[in-house]
Amino acid sequence: MVREVSESCVDSVTMEMVAAYCGRFYANKQELAARRIEAIGYQVGLQLAERYTKERPRFADHLEAIKFICKDFWSELFKKQIDNLKTNHRGTFVLQDNRFRWLTRISLDSPLPTANGSPKESSTTSNDAKSAQAAGMHLYFPCGIIRGALTNLGVPCQVSAEVANLPACSFVIRIKG
Amino acid sequence: MAPLAPRSGDAVFANVERVNAELVTLTYGAIVRQLLTDFEEVEEVNKQLDQMGYNIGIRLIDEFLAKSNITRCVDFKETAEVIAKVGFKMFLGVTASVGNWDADGTECSLILEDNPLVDFVELPETCQGLYYCNVLCGVIRGALEMVSMKTEVRWVRDMLCGDDAYELKLKLLEQVPEEYPYKDDE
Repeated sequence: MVREVSESCVDSVTMEMVAAYCGRFYANKQELAARRIEAIGYQVGLQLAERYTKERPRFADHLEAIKFICKDFWSELFKKQIDNLKTNHRGTFVLQDNRFRWLTRISLDSPLPTANGSPKESSTTSNDAKSAQAAGMHLYFPCGIIRGALTNLGVPCQVSAEVANLPACSFVIRIKG
Repeated sequence: MAPLAPRSGDAVFANVERVNAELVTLTYGAIVRQLLTDFEEVEEVNKQLDQMGYNIGIRLIDEFLAKSNITRCVDFKETAEVIAKVGFKMFLGVTASVGNWDADGTECSLILEDNPLVDFVELPETCQGLYYCNVLCGVIRGALEMVSMKTEVRWVRDMLCGDDAYELKLKLLEQVPEEYPYKDDE
């Protein structure tokens, strides 16, 4: 039987890790904090991929490895698959999760503007900016996990994340070389 | 008389959202590893892990009280039992046993035979003095502080260091009287 713990353990540990690195350890060096958080994720991804692929044959190509991340790997971690996968066929892949579990509990400081507030266009833009900022630091960890997992599967890459509308989020994978 | 608090966290654990333990185990391991790189001194890493635990504990207590259906504990002995049987179960899926009470009932041991945080973990020689699971001390201390109990929590036995069990010493330092925010009405 698979050993389980409460989901709040994962949430608490990752949230506190992000808070500790951004707030206490590297309060004035957000870039360093981000790199450390990404490195922690990388380590986790490396080890998870190792475990989840134990009994599988090698992946034939990059696309197969990425599909594995979208389906099996994502399901193991978040109990759902990636909702949409796009590629430009030149080494860039965009993985979209319409309801990324780790962003579902992030709230914004200010309430969303009501209809009688600023014009619709600009309020959407500022909400997007706020979402991105609030979520930003929390996304280095999953980016690191994806990079670690893909590296373990023989796909060296860079991973970044984009948030437009919480809790939806896209991970952009750029394969190196 | 108040109804007895549930003696088992099984039902609570069955009802919370659960995830594969590997994710927590590996994430925690990666954090400890990164802290060791960043702080170099194991003493400092122990301190940071305890602090992280404290910050987690002061938040986790809310979820614990909301979901566990626990009523007020009559004494510290009951508090320790609830932590061991309901608290550990609800979050980590394991239970601890309580023992080694001192004469005045303010100090005891929580003994864990099973601990998901240490699956796959081996400590190298260079990590002597590291309390790998120190986060748990902080969690308990933080959570109890939110329900008016100042405590001291420390590791006395650690299987990663060759002991035969995981044993935490839990000592009640003081019961802080609850303060209500009367000032709101002034």
